[in-house]
Amino acid sequence: MAFVVNRKKLTLAEKLYLPAILSGLAITWKHMKRALFGKGIITMQYPEEKWDKNLPAWYRGAPTLVKDETGRERCVACQLCEFICPPRAITIEPMEIPDESRWRKVEKKPREFDIDMTRCIYCGLCEEVCPEQAIFLRKDYSITGLSRDQMVHHKDKLYEMGGVMNGLVIKWNEKK
Amino acid sequence: MDDLSNFISHFFSPAAWSFLKAIGEACMTPLGFLIWTTLLKSAILLGIILGLVSYTVYAERRVSALIQDRLGPNRVGWQGLLQPIADAAKLLFKENFTPKNANYFYFRLAPKLVMIPPILVMGVIPFGSSLFGVPMTIASINVGAIYVLAISSISVYGIVLAGWASNSKYPFLGGIRSTSQMISYELSLALSIVPVFMVVGSLNLNTIVQYQVEYGWMIAPFWPQGMSWDSLLHPTAAWQAILAGIKLRHLLLWIPLIISFFIFFVSMFAETNRLPFDLPEAEQELIGGYHTEYSSMGFALFFLGEYTAMIAGASVITTLFLGGWSFPLIPDGSHGWFWGLVNIAVFFAKIIALLFIFIWVRWTLPRFRYDQLMKLGWYFFFGLAVVNIFLTALILTYSK
Repeated sequence: MAFVVNRKKLTLAEKLYLPAILSGLAITWKHMKRALFGKGIITMQYPEEKWDKNLPAWYRGAPTLVKDETGRERCVACQLCEFICPPRAITIEPMEIPDESRWRKVEKKPREFDIDMTRCIYCGLCEEVCPEQAIFLRKDYSITGLSRDQMVHHKDKLYEMGGVMNGLVIKWNEKK
Repeated sequence: MDDLSNFISHFFSPAAWSFLKAIGEACMTPLGFLIWTTLLKSAILLGIILGLVSYTVYAERRVSALIQDRLGPNRVGWQGLLQPIADAAKLLFKENFTPKNANYFYFRLAPKLVMIPPILVMGVIPFGSSLFGVPMTIASINVGAIYVLAISSISVYGIVLAGWASNSKYPFLGGIRSTSQMISYELSLALSIVPVFMVVGSLNLNTIVQYQVEYGWMIAPFWPQGMSWDSLLHPTAAWQAILAGIKLRHLLLWIPLIISFFIFFVSMFAETNRLPFDLPEAEQELIGGYHTEYSSMGFALFFLGEYTAMIAGASVITTLFLGGWSFPLIPDGSHGWFWGLVNIAVFFAKIIALLFIFIWVRWTLPRFRYDQLMKLGWYFFFGLAVVNIFLTALILTYSK
């Protein structure tokens, strides 16, 4: 069945198009006049002004390693994150925890833990897959370096960025 | 003066000094004077135009930002005023890439063809009355207006050549669009200003400006020459001067001249590929259109060519309709060099005001659809311009 769209009958002013142009010009003029006196400008002067305090708790920034409240490295070098990492940014070299250590029951910890930030896509799969809640995506987003080597985060740097994570964590937050 | 020349002559060998003196004397002959003043005027005008072009780009970016509630470039120099220089330096140091299958000669020729014609147009525009007795027009030729129309339409060749020589589909589409757009608007552009020539009776742009000095601007024929500072001191005299300026003939001629101004102004947007009619570029559809394949200075020439065309267009509009360098109550350059400079400043102030309107309209209106553009050009403006010519002729014949 034919469906007839009823076109609105245009007035002469609408057909001429000029009144519409003039009202449009009036709107842009109003905006320009307001912006000229610094009102209503939404630009954020990036390096000086940042939006960090408004970042949500589930923001996915740079991945980091965390220690627990007793200072133990949570990572047990199970390498699940290394296997799941889609761009293969994570490289782990495990080592055994020596017998005299307090945590010898844990058996393994990473000797080397490198995340190549030129490859990381901030997907957060490493955090989701981690059975020990040892790796977290924090709010650092401005990762820079002058060479490829500088863009690889080694274990020390990852622990420095991660710090200590106490108690329950928001690993299973549905928005993550 | 003799002491000074004697003093300076000590720094040169006798042969060199006599050579310099001969040059100096040659410069004072009428022909020599004409040559060196023309060269000096050309150099200064070129400098002003190129400076104005780069700062129009800056103004465009700042004004567009303000219109969209942004800030625009404000980092390089105070309020970003050195941004044009930074951009130029960046473009100069980029690689000037030519695609493998492009026609090298035409590919390289096209940007120059876009940049040069608008600068040539400035050659016949009276950008001031006179300064130290030297008329502020580089070439006051009797076919000035025809020259302007002829030269300014050369730049379409640049765009078409760029589109064709790039050997790529988007530039090609841009070139085709540009050709048809230029043809449709060139006609109404030329026909729309015929009433001006009928009213003035001359194609010389200087004569047209002089007419407007005497009878008031084409789009506002109100202030006659009788208006001066003296007459303002005597209100009755001023009132009489205003009344003397308002004649039925002028008021009647005002109607076709306003129509003519409107058509010319809108066609100028199409001629300079500015936004309501920027189909050849159409960033969103054609990825930049004819200049897609250009980089470095090739691109810069297209980009600056558009702004130079805007300035040339604005100066033609100013000369034909807005009284050129004249302004009510401001005498011309024969009253002293100060007024000569004021006239030049008035001319460029008018151009800058028009450039602002160009920018303002660009950031307000969306692009016309292709068929709307053709319809507007052929059905509406072309017909209106032709009718307008006959209307002017009727008024000129039957009102004395």
